[in-house]
Amino acid sequence: MSSISTPVAGAHEPHGDAAHGHHDPNLQHHFATKEQQFDTSKIGIWLFLATEILMFGGLFVGFAYMQSRFPEAFFEGHKHLLKVAGTLNTVVLLVSSFTMVLAVHYARTSRRKKLIICLAITMFCALIFLGVKYIEYTHEFSEGLYPGRYFSNPDDPTGHEFIFFSFYFMMTGLHGIHILAGLCVMAWLLRRAIRGDFTSNYYTPVDVVGLYWHLVDIIWIYLFPLLYLIR
Amino acid sequence: MADVISAPFHAGTTPVERRNYLTEPKGLWSWLTTVDHKRIGIMYLISVMAFFLVGGIFALLIRLSLFDPSHVILGHKMLDAETYNKVFTMHGVIMVFLFIIPSIPAALGNFVLPMMLGAKDVAFPRLNLASFYIYWAGAALAMVAIVTGGVDTGWTFYTPYSTSTDTSVAWMAMGIFIAGFSSIFTGLNFIATIHKLRAPGMGWFDMPLFCWGMYATALMQVLATPVLAITLLLMTIERLFRIGIFDASLGGDPVLFQHFFWFYSHPAVYIMIVPGMAIVSEIIPVFSRKTIFGYRMIAFSSIGIALIGFLVWGHHMFVAGQSQTAVVVFSFLTFLVAIPSAIKVWNWLATMYHGSITLETPMLYAISFILLFTIGGLTGVFLGALSIDVHLTDTYFVVAHFHYVMMGGTVMGFLGGLHYWWPKITGRMYHERLGQIAAALVFIGFNATFFPQFIMGGQGMPRRYYNYLPQFQPMHAFSTVGSWIIGAGLFLTLGYLLASLRKPYDAPDNPWGGKTMEWQTQSPPLTENFEVQPVATHGPYDYFPVGTH
Repeated sequence: MSSISTPVAGAHEPHGDAAHGHHDPNLQHHFATKEQQFDTSKIGIWLFLATEILMFGGLFVGFAYMQSRFPEAFFEGHKHLLKVAGTLNTVVLLVSSFTMVLAVHYARTSRRKKLIICLAITMFCALIFLGVKYIEYTHEFSEGLYPGRYFSNPDDPTGHEFIFFSFYFMMTGLHGIHILAGLCVMAWLLRRAIRGDFTSNYYTPVDVVGLYWHLVDIIWIYLFPLLYLIR
Repeated sequence: MADVISAPFHAGTTPVERRNYLTEPKGLWSWLTTVDHKRIGIMYLISVMAFFLVGGIFALLIRLSLFDPSHVILGHKMLDAETYNKVFTMHGVIMVFLFIIPSIPAALGNFVLPMMLGAKDVAFPRLNLASFYIYWAGAALAMVAIVTGGVDTGWTFYTPYSTSTDTSVAWMAMGIFIAGFSSIFTGLNFIATIHKLRAPGMGWFDMPLFCWGMYATALMQVLATPVLAITLLLMTIERLFRIGIFDASLGGDPVLFQHFFWFYSHPAVYIMIVPGMAIVSEIIPVFSRKTIFGYRMIAFSSIGIALIGFLVWGHHMFVAGQSQTAVVVFSFLTFLVAIPSAIKVWNWLATMYHGSITLETPMLYAISFILLFTIGGLTGVFLGALSIDVHLTDTYFVVAHFHYVMMGGTVMGFLGGLHYWWPKITGRMYHERLGQIAAALVFIGFNATFFPQFIMGGQGMPRRYYNYLPQFQPMHAFSTVGSWIIGAGLFLTLGYLLASLRKPYDAPDNPWGGKTMEWQTQSPPLTENFEVQPVATHGPYDYFPVGTH
């Protein structure tokens, strides 16, 4: 009844790739088919995105709780933020999400040149985002609005404005680190795209990084109204 | 085929040296850079055992010092109060984060899960290796915390003390933060592996129950650990920058920290116990020579624990100032989560009923698990009852309950699994009689150590206290002697396991007569696990005699 016959000692056949009958360099040895490998990667990235949502979730819950404790402080605090810069960054990230979708599409349809262009535009948007964020932070620091114990605003009518800025720096900072990480991964994608690694036969990394990038954008879509548009 | 029912082990029948994953490729570098799940499992195994030793030495120190309220033993002053706080904290932190959580999934699970599924490897082999090094990066930071003054907050890092004490909290928190990612990556890997790499013919309900347990564990690792990450990050930043989230003097709320912490750490205790249950579900049918009773109920109860386990965190804060409504709801949910655990226990007993039971070491540990976990689980129900909890909060009763579940449960499961798979992992049989003696010592020592703590707790002995009333001295002394018996059993285990490694390969491929796929390949296995892709044609616990169906 047992289906697996265990070979007796010494009766081994040579193991090599030839024995498995595939030579596709993009197919790892422990997968039977490309489809299986692709689906596995998709499960992996969705689970990873779930962990990201839960990690940011802690910050969102903390924000909601502290805002309900100190609504005036949060309202007064948000007035210091540069709404125009925030809006600009929102637009920039939305554009980058669109070009990322196109990049995945062009990878899937083996159009190498367009893939490279779209990845480059996405990376450019990420750089603009970080540049604008730098200007914003500089503006806030120049007003003495540092995180935590270094915060100073003598005009703070509530005494708890610093908590709003704690969350502002934590949330945008963690999000900025994710943008930076995305930028690094996209640089790696760009290098491989230029090398011609991605075709309709194999484009998993582009697909997976695309999903990551959309999540980073979606988090910003929530952060923007939460922090900049309290009223 | 029918002879696996007796499956006698004849020493010396298969001593032929065979190709296997241990010996090829050779060299330290080939181990450090391996992506083979079996080698990574072994590297994890050695690491968690090392931390088990360190955490265990801290435990022995605590017990020795508590032998007498004067903390003077044979004329020597043992721990002073500050050192005592640090020692019990580091015992907790090391045991929870560096030993128990990775012990079964990352060490044993890594080794056997792909083989049980008939797979060549886990879904993401490089991520698996990365998880190992991330674990060590976290462990290294924890070591830095220990040598730069230690931590004295308890393993729960409650604010505001953790944000104001001048011990190395930030290093330790960052160590755990990083080690958490290794746990996430292991869980993520296991979920993808179970979804996509089952052998042809193996449906979800044809998997060994160990895989169901690993799946439930992995869900919790993936969904709960990120919350711990952000909690420890916020706590550390509160400490460094005073951002005002957890510190009441700045406008923050320490109870918010407790909510965040237990939102992870209650699922975390299920991350620790469900793998133990998963191993017991393998051992019981094999050593009872009987098909598992209630396969689907055991499988679903693992998932049930994982899901309900996310909704009970508030029972850690019954006396911390929650609303009355929240307290009642959490108490109800706590009763609810006991049900799937009880389902498992009854199914194991029903499996053993009328089986032809043999009492090799793995089975002794599995039976220890059932006995001790039942006590640990039921006392958990006591603590979930509001009026009783108010009396028992922060007493030794909680300490005893926790250790009956974590050591009486998870560690017994781990030791059972270690003995069960030792022939497969190393290709050697351990000394069976010594194994049984050690299992008996651990069982007796464990109860001697922790049962008195239930009584002391009921009488009001507060946990974590350095001083205690003279009336508790006899029970503390009894408990300390028990810890020596556990230590003797565990050192004996270490001794005969290491001694078995000096022998040539002498383990048969299937010494216990197991039906799951890891027993259908050679011991120790090939790097590729199987000669040919196995196909599942029968269930994992088919112990019917040939010809009956």
